[in-house]
Amino acid sequence: MTTESTPGAGGAVSKADGRPSTGAVTKASGRPARRAGAVGEPTTAGAPGTDVFLDVRDLKVHFPTDDGLVKSVDGLSFQLERGKTLGIVGESGSGKSVTSLGIMGLHTVGQYGRGKARISGEIWFDGTDLLAAHPDEVRRLRGREMAMIFQDPLSAMHPYFTVGAQIVEAYRVHHKVDKKKARRRAVELLDRVGIPQPDRRVDDYPHQFSGGMRQRAMIAMALANNPELLIADEPTTALDVTVQAQILDLIRDLQTEFGSAVIVITHDLGVVAELADDILVMYGGRCVERGPAERVFYEPQHPYTWGLLGSMPRIDRDQTDRLIPVHGSPPSLINVPQGCAFNPRCPYADVPADNRTRTERPELKEVGSRHFSACHMTQEERTRIWTEEIAPKL
Amino acid sequence: MSENNVTLQKQRPAAGETLLKVTGLVKHFPITKGLLRRQVGAVQAVDGLSFDVKSGETLGVVGESGCGKSTMGRLITRLLEPTGGTVEFEGRDITHLNVASMRPLRRDVQMIFQDPYSSLNPRHTVGTIVSAPFKLQRITPEGGVKAEVQRLLGRVGLNPEHYNRYPHEFSGGQRQRIGIARALALNPKLVVADEPVSALDVSIQAQVVNLLDDLQEELGLTYVIIAHDLSVIRHVSDRIAVMYLGKIVELTDRKSLYERPMHPYTRALLSAVPVPDPRRRGKRDRILLRGDVPSPIAPPSGCRFHTRCWKATVVCTVEEPPLLALKTGHQVACHHPENHEDLKPGDAALAEVTADGGKVVRTQAPSAAAPATEPTTTAEKAAEKAPAKAAKTATAEAATPGSAPEGAVETAPATSSGEAAGKASKEPAKKPVRKEPGAAEG
Amino acid sequence: MLAYLIRRLFAVVLTLMVVILVTFGIFFIIPKWTGVDPATMYVGKQSDAQAIEAIRQKLGLDDPIVVQFWDFLRGLFMGRDYTSGADTVHCSAPCFGYSFRNEQPIWPVLTDRLPVTLGLAGGAALLWVIGGVVTGIVSALKRGTIWDRTVMTVALAGVSLPIYFTGVVSLAIFSYQLDWVSNEYTEFGTDPALWFSGMILPWVTLAFLYAAMYARLTRATMLEVLGEDYIRTARAKGLREPVVIGKHAMRSTMTPVLTILGMDLGALVGGAILTETTFSLPGLGQAAVAAIGERDLPVILGVTLLTAGAVVVANLIVDLLYAVIDPRVRLS
Repeated sequence: MTTESTPGAGGAVSKADGRPSTGAVTKASGRPARRAGAVGEPTTAGAPGTDVFLDVRDLKVHFPTDDGLVKSVDGLSFQLERGKTLGIVGESGSGKSVTSLGIMGLHTVGQYGRGKARISGEIWFDGTDLLAAHPDEVRRLRGREMAMIFQDPLSAMHPYFTVGAQIVEAYRVHHKVDKKKARRRAVELLDRVGIPQPDRRVDDYPHQFSGGMRQRAMIAMALANNPELLIADEPTTALDVTVQAQILDLIRDLQTEFGSAVIVITHDLGVVAELADDILVMYGGRCVERGPAERVFYEPQHPYTWGLLGSMPRIDRDQTDRLIPVHGSPPSLINVPQGCAFNPRCPYADVPADNRTRTERPELKEVGSRHFSACHMTQEERTRIWTEEIAPKL
Repeated sequence: MSENNVTLQKQRPAAGETLLKVTGLVKHFPITKGLLRRQVGAVQAVDGLSFDVKSGETLGVVGESGCGKSTMGRLITRLLEPTGGTVEFEGRDITHLNVASMRPLRRDVQMIFQDPYSSLNPRHTVGTIVSAPFKLQRITPEGGVKAEVQRLLGRVGLNPEHYNRYPHEFSGGQRQRIGIARALALNPKLVVADEPVSALDVSIQAQVVNLLDDLQEELGLTYVIIAHDLSVIRHVSDRIAVMYLGKIVELTDRKSLYERPMHPYTRALLSAVPVPDPRRRGKRDRILLRGDVPSPIAPPSGCRFHTRCWKATVVCTVEEPPLLALKTGHQVACHHPENHEDLKPGDAALAEVTADGGKVVRTQAPSAAAPATEPTTTAEKAAEKAPAKAAKTATAEAATPGSAPEGAVETAPATSSGEAAGKASKEPAKKPVRKEPGAAEG
Repeated sequence: MLAYLIRRLFAVVLTLMVVILVTFGIFFIIPKWTGVDPATMYVGKQSDAQAIEAIRQKLGLDDPIVVQFWDFLRGLFMGRDYTSGADTVHCSAPCFGYSFRNEQPIWPVLTDRLPVTLGLAGGAALLWVIGGVVTGIVSALKRGTIWDRTVMTVALAGVSLPIYFTGVVSLAIFSYQLDWVSNEYTEFGTDPALWFSGMILPWVTLAFLYAAMYARLTRATMLEVLGEDYIRTARAKGLREPVVIGKHAMRSTMTPVLTILGMDLGALVGGAILTETTFSLPGLGQAAVAAIGERDLPVILGVTLLTAGAVVVANLIVDLLYAVIDPRVRLS
């Protein structure tokens, strides 16, 4: 599939690497070999030869509230291979951010008193079930093996500490080095993410950075320990479009260079199309469709995905037709509709016989190579609707 | 453009007539300091805008944060007092009308705001909110206020029975519909919508965009839609103004703008938008601008875009390019427009690129097919004239994200003669050519 | 930073001038408008016309207001003489006025009493800051639990109960009944142990009131800070929870606490009137109460000026501390 050749020009030297999809486990950044050996435990849910190191199984994250139990994530499963990018797409309240915080273990840490999240399922990360592991073990993985970039870099950085101090802190949590060495590392990281004059800017406070530079600094902080997994939660939503392009580019470059797996969470189909190898579409706390990016964009197998594609104005086409919106509003996570969560908004809810969409929750079924969809319609029905009714209007 | 288009109240001006005419509009927000509130500077939010809006059309205004597009919206609806210039509505100068004289005009000019959460008073029922314009204007619609409000609610796709509910009982999309109903209450001629859909989810966005479309068709509305999302703007607008740091840099119809943009900024902006098509990943000619938008407090001299422009020459730093109609209906403010003959040919390339003001233009892999609308080879010429300077520029850029080490500077011109010429020849000395991950896909 | 400092100092001087002007107005100008002769206020109505005339001359009450104000100002900074015929009284700087009741300048009276008040306020502040902040944080971390609810109920009671109630009750129990502590004020120089014993109850009583407020404030702020994105970032880095709370959350929580502390301390310098009265501490507050009872205007004026000055200076200190804590203040 993907092979990369390095042109004569420099810069890309360190990136020459086969993608893990080819079966090779080589790491561009010279990761310790123990990683390779650590796989092969119960995590190998993928086909032989793949390198699944993150395996989420039936993840449920529920929050008790006065109004009832909010089922933010309700039975989510997916796998991620090393060096690959998974795009999680969904609207607000679909559970995509809750999922990422769940993987990071941030729902349970620091949640004191009442209102604590109820989490069940399994999250296998490099041979460890994060949900069964001791919180301190998860904490040691956090920031070192898995790191996160947040949506709004201004509020995600502490206003009272310098950018450098915050990166140094991230590095020194997991590395026993003196401050001087950690500071050198911080300058080096800032330089790598494209901050001009990093040795000077390292002592600046977040408010002295522009929006784009702050997000670069956040990325530097996340990469301080060469994490295996990078979760980017709406990394460019708060940024201007020209800066967004820079940041997407940077994430892509760094991923190739560091060999990290990336989960990018966004509502913007453009962003996933730019970054993701695989796409997972979430609706009402569940996965409705998952598959390779190409397939999800060109042969989507769920009416909600069709809705998203039809709702989106396109920059690349001069379309004068009306958009095809999804009617109604996203579901309440306290009262998720019976059966398929999408059924009240689905124009094809009546296609499957015997009212099944309203009574029975559809399971994810494989509809193609590594392509899954949770819909009661038969594949023939879906293919016909997509090719005849939806695709021509897009 | 009709000279004398005094229309009677509520009589629709014929489509194509100038409804709103803005000339040299300026808004500076003073910055004061110290106890004496001495003015030490000004945020030049809007700095000399001229455009007009024709009846029945949709003018899209697009730009990044801080470009002054929202300020512009508040100026033409007279929610803000302009510092300079004139605003004419139906031939009448409304630039400095006071609140009382503006009141009759408020019927004709309405505004829709971005945030459906904060623009509705949470203590008022939907009925009160939507009927407020009637009270303010002391108008009783035919059939009574309540019936009219319910008709409006139904028109924007809300349940008329929800007349007595409060805003918090509605979802974001529904709240935006309430805002639209309120704006439509007095049957306005011009609706200025400031980021009407940017706070909404994708599927809801489409509903609201379609609603605005339908209303325009049915009621003959004229829209000025302000947004940062180029895809939304492309979908809704007839003509589009691109703003950068308080100025319009390009103003033309939709087709010309998206297919043959003339201003380098427009081109960069368009190329930066992520396209929801994985097959096109890595195959687009993408221009990456360096850095962020400069501060509107101290905008760059000359052309305000020159600090981030890869085509900038000496003239750009000293002389502000006027907004000229280079083609019929296509106005551009640039000395070195794209898709057009250079206006200042042979000007010396910029030798100095400051660390913060540098820029990088990056192309895709040579194997990717070059689009037909390849820009002129201005920079190439410039590079031939002053190769040493250009090389220096490239060196300064080496610190930028993703750029290659200096070595690339030497290799790039060499490849430009081969089959790699496609893109690399565009600006051989300035552009470190590099391989895009996944570029070979497909 | 220097510009910030100069700006703040300038503002402080200006505020103090306004305070002096307003205070002067209240004590010297307004009585004139209302037809009350200030001189009678100084000596009492029963005094004979001669005494009143002497006072009027001494205070220069017949001079134009501007001249009076100038004399008053000069007195504050350079000292002044009160002359009536051959009778001259010198009041050295800072001259806050001259008490005709006690026949002495005000300033020494105030400085005699200031240490008592400072000792009371300082000791109590130490107690309430530690107590209030700690319980507030624990409450925030254990929000919704029995502990949280109990503490917050006690805190509510603390805010509601007046000092003359808690003070009198505690005096009755710990001093009169159990005789654990002294119920009299002893100067520190005389017997530190006895001073301490006499101060414990006032400290605790005063601190209880404030600690309750500080606990509620700290809890609310801490809860808000814990919801901030940067706390999530700190956790995402893998920091231990004590570091997240102690370093990242505390720094932001302390900002509003500091603001309130500055104002409270400033106000307390003028005397914790209720506490001092309840426990018979010879502090500024008690002096003020006595002066009000005796209608000794110059003393009231002195205490007022001193309190206002202390509040202004405390605010300046808080502002400067802000700049130390928050780089956004320092660098903008």
